Amino acid sequence: MRVGVPRETLPGERRVAATPDSVKKLVKLGFDVTIEQDAGLAAGFDDASYAAAGATLADRAGTWSSDIIAKVRPPGDDEVDRLTAGQTIISYLYPAFNTDLVGKMSARGVSALGMDQVPRITRAQKVDALSSMGNLSGYRAVIEAVNVMQRPLRGQSTAAGKIHPCRVLVIGAGVAGLAAIGAARALGAIVRAFDTRPAVKDQVTSMGAEFLEVQIDEDGSGTGGYAKEMSPAFIAAEMALFAAQAREVDIIITTALIPGRRAPILITADMVASMKRGSVVVDLAAEQHGNCELTKAGEAVDVNGVTVIGYTDLPSRMAHQASNLYATNIVHLLAEMGGAEKFELSETNDIVRPMTVLKAGELLWPPPKPSGTPAHVTPHAAKAHLFSEEHGPPVFEKMTAFSRRSLILVGLCLFGIGLTAPPTFLTHFTVFVLACFIGYQVIWSVTPALHTPLMSVTNAISGIIVIGGMFQIGGGSAARILGIAAILLATINIAGGFLVTQRMLRMFHK
Amino acid sequence: MTPSLLATAYIGAGVLFIMSLKGLSHPETARRGNLFGAIGMIVAVLAVAIQVGLATSPLVIGSILVAALIGAVVAARVSMTAMPQLVAILHSFVGAAAVLVGLSNHLQPAISLVGAEATIHDVETVLGVFIGSLTFTGSVVAWGKLQGVIHSKPLLLPGRHLLNLAMLVACVWLGVIFVGTGVQAMPALLAITVVSGVIGIHLVMAIGGADMPVVVSMLNSYSGWAASAAGFMLSNDLLIITGALVGSSGAILSYIMCKAMNRSFVSVILGGFGVEEGTAPVGGAIMEGEMIATTADEVVELLREAQSVIIVPGYGMAVAQAQHPVRAIVDVLRSRGTLVRFAIHPVAGRLPGHMNVLLAEANLPYDIVLEMDEINEDFEKTDVVLVIGANDIVNPSALDDPSSPIAGMPVLPVWEAESCIVFKRGRGAGYAGVENPLFFKNRTRMMYGDAKSSVDAILELLKVGADPGVPAVAAAR
Repeated sequence: MRVGVPRETLPGERRVAATPDSVKKLVKLGFDVTIEQDAGLAAGFDDASYAAAGATLADRAGTWSSDIIAKVRPPGDDEVDRLTAGQTIISYLYPAFNTDLVGKMSARGVSALGMDQVPRITRAQKVDALSSMGNLSGYRAVIEAVNVMQRPLRGQSTAAGKIHPCRVLVIGAGVAGLAAIGAARALGAIVRAFDTRPAVKDQVTSMGAEFLEVQIDEDGSGTGGYAKEMSPAFIAAEMALFAAQAREVDIIITTALIPGRRAPILITADMVASMKRGSVVVDLAAEQHGNCELTKAGEAVDVNGVTVIGYTDLPSRMAHQASNLYATNIVHLLAEMGGAEKFELSETNDIVRPMTVLKAGELLWPPPKPSGTPAHVTPHAAKAHLFSEEHGPPVFEKMTAFSRRSLILVGLCLFGIGLTAPPTFLTHFTVFVLACFIGYQVIWSVTPALHTPLMSVTNAISGIIVIGGMFQIGGGSAARILGIAAILLATINIAGGFLVTQRMLRMFHK
Repeated sequence: MTPSLLATAYIGAGVLFIMSLKGLSHPETARRGNLFGAIGMIVAVLAVAIQVGLATSPLVIGSILVAALIGAVVAARVSMTAMPQLVAILHSFVGAAAVLVGLSNHLQPAISLVGAEATIHDVETVLGVFIGSLTFTGSVVAWGKLQGVIHSKPLLLPGRHLLNLAMLVACVWLGVIFVGTGVQAMPALLAITVVSGVIGIHLVMAIGGADMPVVVSMLNSYSGWAASAAGFMLSNDLLIITGALVGSSGAILSYIMCKAMNRSFVSVILGGFGVEEGTAPVGGAIMEGEMIATTADEVVELLREAQSVIIVPGYGMAVAQAQHPVRAIVDVLRSRGTLVRFAIHPVAGRLPGHMNVLLAEANLPYDIVLEMDEINEDFEKTDVVLVIGANDIVNPSALDDPSSPIAGMPVLPVWEAESCIVFKRGRGAGYAGVENPLFFKNRTRMMYGDAKSSVDAILELLKVGADPGVPAVAAAR
C-alpha cells in the first residue's frame, strides 16, 4: 500500500501533506511513502530529510500513481486527469462548492475523503484539519492585522504620552476565533467577542475576552457543534451590535462560517466606512466569499484608510508548522482507516464515514446528519431534565387511584364544611387554603442550597404568633401573664430568626 | 387605628412574607428577601400594638426589647455547625407561644359565641394547643438530640405505636369534654397540653440521628400549623396566612428529605429506623475484600496529579469543624488550575441545606457547590473524590443491594471516580447502621482519624512545594 504526497500546485500554497516526521509514522503503520521531488521545500523540508525518514522520491507521475494520494488543496483539473479507478485521494474538497470536481472524480471511479468534512466529535479531533489550521489562522490573522497597523496593541503610559490599548472585535468564537482572542490578548489588546452560540461564552471569557450579547434569546447551536443560521430579528440585532462596535474598535476579525453555505455578510461597506482610519478588518471567511462586503479573496484592499484583509493562505504563511499539524492529521486518519494492512473505507466508522465523499466513484456525500451536538455544548438540557424530576413540584399528570380517591375525599370534606360551618369560619378557611397554595408554589422555587436559611426565616416569620400574645394582654391578670410570656418567646424567635438568617445569607457569595 | 387600616397592614405584611420566601429562590435575592420578611414583621407588630393600645405599655415594650436582645445575641453567637440545634429550639418557642396564646385565650372569652361558631372556636383552641404542645416538646427533644444532651439513638418502647394511638385517643376524648361541657374546660385543656406534650417527646425520642433533617423540617411545619390554628382561634387572617406559609414550607422540606432517603414520611415519623445497628448486616451484605488505609502524603500525591476533584461533605465534617481547612485545600488546588467542586446530598448534615451553609461560612463560592442531580453524572469523569465525614449518602448498596435497609435511596456514586478517599473516624458503620461496601472497593482508600486533623495534615503537605520529594514532606513521613 503506497501513499503518494505530491507537491501542491496552487499558486502561493506552501504546505505539504507529509513531513519527515509523519513519513516515519506512516512507515510504522506499514505504508510505503512516495514524495514528489521538492514537495516540502517551501515548507522547509528538503528531499534529503524525507529520504532519510524512509520515503522514496519520485517525479510527478510516479507520485500520482500511488494507491493513496494525500495532499492539502483540492486537486486541480490536470491532477484529476491523473487519477485512476481504485485510487483514494485525501485532501480538502469542499464538496458543497466543488460539485464539478466531485463529478469528475466520480467519473474516474476513485474514492475521495474530504479533510474539511471531519465530524465534530471528540474522538475525531486528532484528524480535524479545520481545527488545527483554524488555530493557526486565528493567530496569523492578528499578526497580519498588526503588521499593517500603525500602532501597538498594548496600552502604556510613557513620558512621551499615553499609548491607548487597541480594541479588537472577534466575530465567531470557533477554534480560529479563540486563537485570535488568545493572540490579541497576549499582545495586550482589549478583546471582545461575539458568537451566536451562548454555550461558548465560558470559553470566550476564559480566554480573557468580553463576551458580547444581543438582547434576543435564541440559541445558535446547530447540529454537530457548528452554528446554524439565525432568525431575521436576531440578525438585525446582531448587525446593530456590529455597527456600534465598528465605530469603536481598531481591529475586526471575522470567522463566521456555516458549513456548506456561503459565509454570512456581517460587516457591511457602511460599517467599514464608519471605522477609524488605520483600522483593519481581517476576514477569515474570505475563501467562502467573506463575512465582509468589501473582502477580496486573497488580497488586502485599502478602503478609505481601512485595510480589509482577505488572505486565504494564512496557514500557508506558516507553512512549516501548518504542514506538521496537517501531516499529523493525515497520519491519524490513515491509522483510523486501519493502517496499511487493514486499509478500508469503513461505512460504520464514525470518523471515516462522514469524511467519505466518494467511494469507488459512488457519491456518499452528504453523510447522514450527525445526531446531537457534542456533549460539552449542551449540559443544560440534561441537567434541566434531571432537575425537574427531583426538585420541581410533583407533576399531577398521572392520576393514580390513590390521588383520585383523595380528590374525592377532599371534595366530600369541602361539601361537609360548606353544609355546617358558619360564614365567618369560611372566610378564614378560604384565606387558609389559598395561603397553603401560595406557600406550596413559593417554596418549590427555593434553591436547595438555601434550605437552612429557609428554615430559619420561616422560623422567624412564624414568630408572628407574637400578635396573638398581644391580643391577650387586655384580659385578666392570668391571661396577661400568659400573653407576656408568649410575646417574650415569640420575639426571641423573630429577632433570632431574622438575624441568624441574615448572618447566613451574608456568607453566600459567588 | 381603624379595622380597615389594620386589615391593610395585614395584607402588606402577608405580601412581604411571601416575597421574603420567594427571594430565597436565589442566593443573590435572598438577603433582600430576608429584609422584606423583617419589614413585614415590624409592620404587623406595630399595627397590632397600636390597635390594642400597647404601643406605650412599658411592660410590653420592655419584654419585646429584652427578648429581641436575647434573640440577637443568640443569632450572633451561634456557630454554623450548631444551626440545627438553634432551629430546633426556636421551633419549640413557637410551639410554646401557641400553647400560651391558646390557654390565655380560653381564660378571657372576649366575644361570646354561640352554636356552631362556639363549637368551631373551641375545636380551634384544642387544635392550636395540641399542635403547639407537641411542637414544643418535640422540638426540645430534637434540640437535645442534636446538642448531644440526649442520646441520638432511637428510643423504642415496646408497643410504641399503640401507646401513641392511645394518647391520641385520649386527646380526642379530652377535646370532646372541653368542647362539650364547659364545666371542666380548663382542666381538660391543660390535660390535652400535657398529653400532647408527651406524644411530642415520645415521637421524637423514637427517631434516630440520621433522620433529624426530616424531624426538624416536620417540626418546622408543625410550628406553622400551630400559628395557623391560633389564627383561626383569634379570627386573625395574618396568623392564618403566615402559619400556612410556614406549614407548607416545612411540609415540602420534609417531603424532599424523605424522597432523598427513599423513605415514606409515615415511616420516618413513626421512627425506629436503624434498629439493626450493632447486629449483623442483613442479607447479601457480607463484605468482601478489605479496607485499605492511606496516609496524608499519598492523598497529597493524588491531589497533585488530579485534574478534577469532587468533595463530598457530610455531618462528620461539621462535627470536626473541618470546613475551614477544606476551604484552604480547595484554594490551593484551584490556584493550580484543578477543577474542584462540592457534591451535596439533600440529607447531608442534620438540617436541609446544612452543608451549603457551612461551606458558605468557610467562604467558598456557592457556584462550585452543586446539588446531587447537578453533579452525579460527573463522578466517572473525576480523578479524585474526597468523602469527608459522610457515609450512608455514598453507600453503593443503596443501589445494588435490594436487601439493604437503605435500598433505593439516591446516593452519590463516588466509587465511579478514578480514586476515592474516605475520611472516617473509625471502622464502624454509619448512622443508619448499614455496612458500606464502598470502603471495601479497590479504588477506595481510607483515611482514618479526626477529619479536621487529617485535612490539616493534607493541607500542610499540599502547601509545601510542588515536588513530593522535597525534604519537608520526607520529614513528615
